[in-house]
Parts: sequence; C-alpha cells; structure tokens
Amino acid sequence: MALIELREVTREYHMGDVEVRALRGVTLDIEAGEFVAIMGTSGSGKSTLMNTLGCLDRPTSGHYRLDGREVSTLGRDELAEIRNRTLGFVFQNFNLLARTSALENVELPLLYAGVPAAERHARAAAALERVGLGKRLDHTPSQLSGGQQQRVAIARALVGEPRVILADEPTGNLDSATSVEVMALLQALGRAGITVILVTHELDIAEYAARNIVMKDGQVISDIRREPVLAEVPA
Amino acid sequence: MNLLAVIRVAIRALLRNHLRSFLTALGIIIGVAAVIAMVSIGEGAKSRVEQSFAAMGTNLLVVRSGSSQMGGARGGFGSQPTLTWDDLKAIQTELSSVKYAAPELRGSQPLISEEQNWTTRVAGVTPDYLLLRNWRIASGSGLPEDPDSNAKVVVLGKTVVEKLFGAYSDPVGQIVRIRNVPFEVAGVLEAKGQSPMGDDYDDTALVPVRAYAEKLQGGLKKFIAGTIYVSSATGVPTSKAESDLNNLLRDRHRIRVGGEDDFNVRNLAEIASAQEESTKTLTTLLAAIAAVSLLVGGIGVMNIMLVSVTERTREIGVRMAVGARPRDILLQFLVEALVLALIGGLTGVVLGVTIAQQLSSSFGWPLLIRVDVVLLSVAVSAAVGVVFGLYPARKASQLDPIEALRYE
Ligand SMILES: Nc1ncnc2c1ncn2[C@@H]1O[C@H](COP(=O)(O)OP(=O)(O)OP(=O)(O)O)[C@@H](O)[C@H]1O
Ligand SMILES: [Mg+2]
Repeated sequence: MALIELREVTREYHMGDVEVRALRGVTLDIEAGEFVAIMGTSGSGKSTLMNTLGCLDRPTSGHYRLDGREVSTLGRDELAEIRNRTLGFVFQNFNLLARTSALENVELPLLYAGVPAAERHARAAAALERVGLGKRLDHTPSQLSGGQQQRVAIARALVGEPRVILADEPTGNLDSATSVEVMALLQALGRAGITVILVTHELDIAEYAARNIVMKDGQVISDIRREPVLAEVPA
Repeated sequence: MNLLAVIRVAIRALLRNHLRSFLTALGIIIGVAAVIAMVSIGEGAKSRVEQSFAAMGTNLLVVRSGSSQMGGARGGFGSQPTLTWDDLKAIQTELSSVKYAAPELRGSQPLISEEQNWTTRVAGVTPDYLLLRNWRIASGSGLPEDPDSNAKVVVLGKTVVEKLFGAYSDPVGQIVRIRNVPFEVAGVLEAKGQSPMGDDYDDTALVPVRAYAEKLQGGLKKFIAGTIYVSSATGVPTSKAESDLNNLLRDRHRIRVGGEDDFNVRNLAEIASAQEESTKTLTTLLAAIAAVSLLVGGIGVMNIMLVSVTERTREIGVRMAVGARPRDILLQFLVEALVLALIGGLTGVVLGVTIAQQLSSSFGWPLLIRVDVVLLSVAVSAAVGVVFGLYPARKASQLDPIEALRYE
C-alpha cells in the first residue's frame, strides 16, 4: 500500500455557467520516502493537485487515500488535523507571518498541535538549526533574505515531523544559487525519510527529484523515475 | 491549542497594531468611564438629598390647626387654633402607631447677648422634639427632661451662637435675653446645614414649650398655638400613623362623616421619597446615556475586527494550512475582541473612578462608587467584545484556506 493513493480524482470549478475542469481523473501512487517533482504548463492543474494532496481542497470525485485513510470525505476539522500532523507546506511566496519572529513562525504548527510552550520553543529552535538559521531566531521576515525566508518556511513545514512535505514552486521567487540551497535542504529531508512533493517550472530543479510527473489539461501525461542530481552547495 | 496560548497570541496581535488597538479600546474606555462617573454623580446627588431629609427627620407627620372662617374669607391652616394640649396627650398615649409626638410653638424673636443681638426662629418644644427632628446636642446638657418644665433655658443653633457670641465660643451658662426675658444657655445644637428647601437649619433656638407659652406667647391656653410633630412607630408605615391620627383627631373634634377636617396632617416621608425617586430617575437617565456610548464603542470594536480579518486573510490562510481548525481561528479573533474590550473596560473603570473622585471633591459630596456598577460595566464590555467580535470571528473561521492563502 502506497503512502498516497489517488484514484480517478477530478476537480471541477464552477464559474457562473462556465465549468473549469482542473483535474480530469488523476490516478497516482506515491510511496513513502519518494522525492517527486510535478511539472507542466501553466493552468495544467499542478497547484490544484497539490492542494488536493495537501488536504486544503477536496476532490469533486474520485478517491484519495493518505496512509491508508480515505480523506476525500473528511470534514474541515479532520483535514486541519491531518495538515497539522501529517503534512507540511512550503509556498512560492513563503507565507510567513509578518512582524513575527522566525522562531514564532516555526512554532505555529506546534501551537495548533497543543505542544506546551517550552517544548515548542525547543523544537522550533532545533528546526531552525536544521535549516541553518540557528542564529536568526529573533529575526522577522522583513529582516531576512528570500532564501532565508524560504528556509524558515521549510523549518515550519518540518517542525511537526510530517510524513509529507508539499512545496508548490518553492524556488519560484529565488535566484538559481539560492534555489540550489533550498533543493539541497529538501533532498536532505528526503534522505531523512520524509516524502517530498514539489511543483516546478524549471527543468534543472526537477532534475534534483527521483521522479518526474508531467501534467497537461488536468491529467498526468508522463511519469518517469530517474537518477536524481545531487544538489551541492558551493562551500 | 490551549487558552493561555490563544490569549498570548491575541495580545501580541493587538500590540502589533497598538495605536489602532488603543483607538478602538477608546470607545469602550469612554463608555465605561461615562457609566461609572454618571452613576457616581447620581448617587452623590441622592445621598445629598437623603442627608438633608434625614436632618429634617424622616417618618414625620406635621399636624396643624384648621383654618378660620370670617364671613367668606378663609384664613388658611393654623389660623384658627383647634389642636388642644389634650389632643397632644391623646396622640402620645392612645396611638400605638405613633412613636413620638411633640409640640412646636414658633415665632421670630429677638435675642440679645451681652455684646450682640440677633433675631431668629425660636421654638418652644419638648425633649421628644429633638429626637423627632434629629437634633443632637453638641455641648451643654440640653433642655430639661420634664416636658412640662417651664425653666428659662435655651438651646442655641450654631448660626445663632456665631451671631451672638462669635464663631468658636462656647456660650453654655451665659444669659441670653429673649424679648427681654433672661434665658440661660443650656446647650448648643449640632450643626445640620441646609434644609431641602435651602433654609439654614442652624439659625434657630429651642426653649421648653411651657416657658415659651408663658413667657413669650402670653400664657398657656387650652389650644396649641403651633404645630404638632409626630413620628410613626418603628416598623409602622407612616401612612398608617397618618390615618390613625386623622381618625383620632376627627373623633376627638367630633367631626361627622363627610365633614371637613378642622386640622391638617402633612406627611414629610412622602415628600422625601418623591425627591429620592426623582434623583433615582436622574441616575437612571445618566446611566442610560452612558450605556449608549458603550454600545457605540462596541460597534467600533466590530468595525476594527472586520478590517483586521480582511487585512489578515493571508495570515488566516497560513494558520489554516499549518493545522488551525475553524474553531481555533474563531477563538483567536473572539479572544482578540474580548481582550480589547476588557482592557478598554478596565481602563474605563480607572478613568471613571478618577473622574468620580474629582467630581465628588469639587461638589463636596461623598465619593460613591457602586461596586455593582463597576462589575456590571466590566462585564458589559466583555459581553460587547464577545457579541461584536463574534461576527468578524465567524467570518474569519469560515474562510476557505486556499482562497485565504491566495488573497493579495
Ligand atoms: N478557485 C478557482 N476557481 C476557478 N478556476 C480555478 C480555480 N483555481 C484554479 N482554477 C483553474 O483550474 C485550472 C488549473 O489551475 P492550477 O492553479 O492548478 O494550474 P497550475 O498548473 O498550478 O498553473 P501555474 O503553473 O500557472 O501555477 C486553471 O485553468 C485555473 O484557471
Ligand atoms: Mg500553480
């Protein structure tokens, strides 16, 4: 049994009379520990797929089993709990809370998990240490570079010890050198056993992944496994 | 997510926009301060009224003689003496609903001390009269205990002492001539201040009623050329004593059913309670006006919370993405509104009490802070926070996480 099992998942949006079919029957298995890059043209349904995988959205039809549990029919509270315990998100635009320290940003998932304050601080600090920001705990997003902000966001995604990290164009707002740093971090998480799924437009970014899925018009048109390039950060 | 953490997050969010938070809270601050100050003003005014009525004597009935009739002209109450000394005895002894009954013969009389002279109200009274009218003796022994005494002694009010002997003197033992009759000063009355009608209570002198009748009124006769003051017995409503009094006097004066009274009874307790009622109405009115401003403050809270929810849509999306349930978001915004309103409420209490203090010291009445009003206004501001915070908080919690994340 795969960690993630999608079966004939569709997602339709109704905009007045127009019906947009963002996903047209996606069937996909992702095993625990896989490092997957999803590619495709703009509007092909990558973000919609990620939102579905991330339990932010529910499919119009089809089945989504996460770790053996059918989640396509769960309520808002249960989805929130899955997002909190099983998933971690990294966004293109970082989505850190403004005027809030890095430490507090990273603590956020633990806050909703009901972790006591002392443990929260310790775990958040450790997560920031892990992404190389051990000396930037008190910095607010405006005091950090884009790459640093994205690393705070990665620390936030991993602090709750999730099974899966979902990253929608995590390098979209970063220059190529910083992108490599971020990819190196994600690869490290992959080696630590976390399943990483990312969306990218850039081929060289996709090369860091062991599996490349290409989407078109709401369907998977290619799904290949390959030997990933190792992201090396110049010393 | 525990409540303490929620409160901390709320306070931090409020501090992040401290000027706006303060301005929002200001509505509540002013509302609560106004309620507390207004109620305290009302209470101060009420206690003023109560004090002056207490000085006059409560549960009082005033009995006066009837009116004279000469041809077609009617003379008004007191013009025709109809009350007798025997009537007074009967009131004192026959009515169980009456506690004290005391005569008062009164007239404006010139008083002369060694150095000065002063014309004042001189009243011939009995010792019961002092109890009835809440007069206390500040110095000296007071009037003789025997109500039938005709000793030539006088008890002076504070104003009279000042006029005849100077401000800080003790005239006990000195001689004062009233209409050239020498009276020994047997005491000084404790000061009472103003009557509800604005007269000076302390501008008076009291002598034994018999001494008054014999020396100043030209002899004791059958009728009382004055007034009878009556107080109701403890636990008996003044109205009961009043009707007993009416029945007794009608009976004694042999007035037939349907016949007009030849005397008049006035109930001062009724006047006092009417006055109190009107100050109570004033207090209520002031409090109501203040409460409206509290309501306006609440609307301010709602307004700012709505703005805040819109502004922080992205933040809400992020919180939801990392695992906040709708109820966590609801609670967060609700607590924010509550904390804002409560801080406003508590600050308002401090401000209101300060204002009340200033007012009471400048008006010279006691500082009366009603604890129930303070607690109530804090509770109301908390309720205002919850009620007016609920709609924005619900709105926030119902946001779709994807749309919230995408919000620019
Ligand atoms: N909330 C929505 N309402 C209506 N249509 C939507 C909504 N979200 C997405 N769509 C439509 O669904 C389709 C897929 O959108 P999606 O965002 O998944 O594309 P994408 O592959 O992520 O594109 P991009 O590379 O530009 O990010 C698009 O046609 C889009 O217009
Ligand atoms: Mg997209």
